[in-house]
Amino acid sequence: MIELSGWGRYPRHRSTLVEPAGPSEWPRRMAAQRGSVARGNGRAYGDAAIGERITLSTRSLDRIRGFDRSTGRITVEAGVLLSDLLDVVVPQGFFPPVVPGTKFVSIGGMIASDIHGKNHHRDGGFGDHVESLTLALPSGETVACTRGDNRGLFAATVGGMGLTGTILDATFTLKAIETGWLRQTTHVASDLDAALAALRDTSNVTYTVAWIDCLARGASLGRSLVFAAEHATLADLEAMKPAGERFPSARLGRLSVPLDLPSFTLNRLSVSAFNELYFRMGARKAGAPFLVEWDPYFFPLDGVGSWNRIYGGRGFLQYQCVIPTGAARPVLGGILERVSRQGTASFLAVLKALGPSHGWLSFPMEGFTLTLDLPVSDDVFPLLDTFDALVVEAGGRLYLAKDARQSPETFAAGYPDLPRFRDLRREIGAEGRIASRLSTRLDI
Amino acid sequence: MEAPPSTTQDLSVPASQAPATATASVSPAGMPKTLLLIGGTSDIGRATALSFAEQGWRVLLAARNEAEAQRNADDIAARTPASVSVHRFDVLDTDGLTAFVEGLPALPDTAVCVVGELGDQSRAQGDLGHATMVMRTNFEGPALLLGILAERFVARGSGTIVGVSSVAGDRGRGSNYVYGAAKAGFTAFLSGLRNRLAPLGIHVVTVKPGFVRTRMTAGMKLPPLLTAEAAEVGRAIYAAAEAGRGDVIYVRRIWRLVMTVIGAIPERIFKRLRL
Repeated sequence: MIELSGWGRYPRHRSTLVEPAGPSEWPRRMAAQRGSVARGNGRAYGDAAIGERITLSTRSLDRIRGFDRSTGRITVEAGVLLSDLLDVVVPQGFFPPVVPGTKFVSIGGMIASDIHGKNHHRDGGFGDHVESLTLALPSGETVACTRGDNRGLFAATVGGMGLTGTILDATFTLKAIETGWLRQTTHVASDLDAALAALRDTSNVTYTVAWIDCLARGASLGRSLVFAAEHATLADLEAMKPAGERFPSARLGRLSVPLDLPSFTLNRLSVSAFNELYFRMGARKAGAPFLVEWDPYFFPLDGVGSWNRIYGGRGFLQYQCVIPTGAARPVLGGILERVSRQGTASFLAVLKALGPSHGWLSFPMEGFTLTLDLPVSDDVFPLLDTFDALVVEAGGRLYLAKDARQSPETFAAGYPDLPRFRDLRREIGAEGRIASRLSTRLDI
Repeated sequence: MEAPPSTTQDLSVPASQAPATATASVSPAGMPKTLLLIGGTSDIGRATALSFAEQGWRVLLAARNEAEAQRNADDIAARTPASVSVHRFDVLDTDGLTAFVEGLPALPDTAVCVVGELGDQSRAQGDLGHATMVMRTNFEGPALLLGILAERFVARGSGTIVGVSSVAGDRGRGSNYVYGAAKAGFTAFLSGLRNRLAPLGIHVVTVKPGFVRTRMTAGMKLPPLLTAEAAEVGRAIYAAAEAGRGDVIYVRRIWRLVMTVIGAIPERIFKRLRL
């Protein structure tokens, strides 16, 4: 038994960690265990990848099984890390169709969480790009799932948090890129309305995201920087950075946080960084595009190893909700107002437009998603409960890959496909057999 | 950006797929050099094959479990421009060794044998079948196979042979002497082979990895300073085989010192130690 936690280091639970050797060993393991769930690289923030009794590591499933360089179609085992995949495909002119904010996730985890990226409003989630996957069922059977064959299992498994079985491998198609650079334009938004408008106005751009300064209050509530980017073409690179390497390699982790810092550190650092950028961009009237390498562009925090320790020993919560477009403005405003008043919460938030999703428990829906980091403290839980009430009332929901504390009621209210997800789990014998701390907490 | 034949048994590799930088990996005829990796499902085998493939070598993976070896072959083919194929082989089927070598698509330029089986020492003490399996897997099979390849390399006038032995063969210890004795035999075989073939231009390398973090050692408590990663062993094997200098290499140099000290302990003291 060892103590396991997610990336937020809250909550922590004891579990037996087992690493099956290869794909052929999984079916037997799945059939033999009760109260187990698969774990990839442990980057879900809360309790999603902690088994009730046993946690099955997918880290031995780390082979790429096929790569067609003429089409970009690739088959990988579920334990392959996105960082590993990027090192292989970027130099060959390919990029995954969707990436989350960290590259230290496993491909299996990306599917189980149906992760979204800065291009969700245009390209959907990672699950939307999965053509097929191999699933080891709790019965010990192994099945291939696509949108045609075993379609119910496929839709339940994409975004299903590992609760339908263990994904052993998946096939999807990478997109061709001309360079490993992003051509980014920054827009300055003076308040929340301007930020939402800027996200709407840039909806034809592939990658968009807004950073909100949570300290801003009153008339500047929601003031933001909105980043919009496209993969740079070879012509962009030649024009803007003629000496730049066409496919820059990943940056190695330059910094690492060796110990738990007092929890105010990151907030102070991030907000001062924000302010500096904000005023610099504002002064430059923003607007002028510049080139950024793919690694720092997509994964800025990965450059700081163990940044989760910066929030102190009790760990932190990442609160991520999505609010349907029509109701978004007042709810986001309400949350931001409470955050700026409270002061203990995040000083920086991320705002992003999302499109619809197709997994039964997938998080994204047409609307806006807001993400906050909050160090664990006694008063953070009641604060988040008040946010939940606003989210539920507006018809929104919380992201399971981030969640560590929502109630079963909040969860059920946000996920209308939960009843059929439960039915499917009963049908395939997953009920009771596959159980994570998250599934038990939320009564899935 | 063409798709190379990923896991075919096809001999032909278009010249365009050989990386321009890897001149050392191309034989005089302009074809990529060929590595025979014996033990293609082990973690060290996978890492070693990847090191050669990254340098433009064509890789033949020999293993008993073809499905497992195919996972490694697919992975290497996706990560490198190399052509990789899988060849079924059972180190305990010594009658089949000659046919195995003759059935390969080409006589390799370099052969690396990483086959090994730690076994269970306490079981081997009472179970002759188990002890025999450990001895044959670590000594008989690998020695016979490398012997067959050596004769063919002599006939051709070139070739490199790498045998992965073990520090456990440097001095027998109570905790693993059946395995250690087999590895000692393998070490002696390689030493003799090297002595005989050096004048003929055939290079023989003995590798003693020390502790390596692999499936074989999963769950063991290993001292970090003395423990190598599989990738480190793979790179060390490539470097030793290609530089043409390494004869007996310890992957982490500290092991040479450790084994010198262990070797120097007088037997009357050594026999009382719990090792």
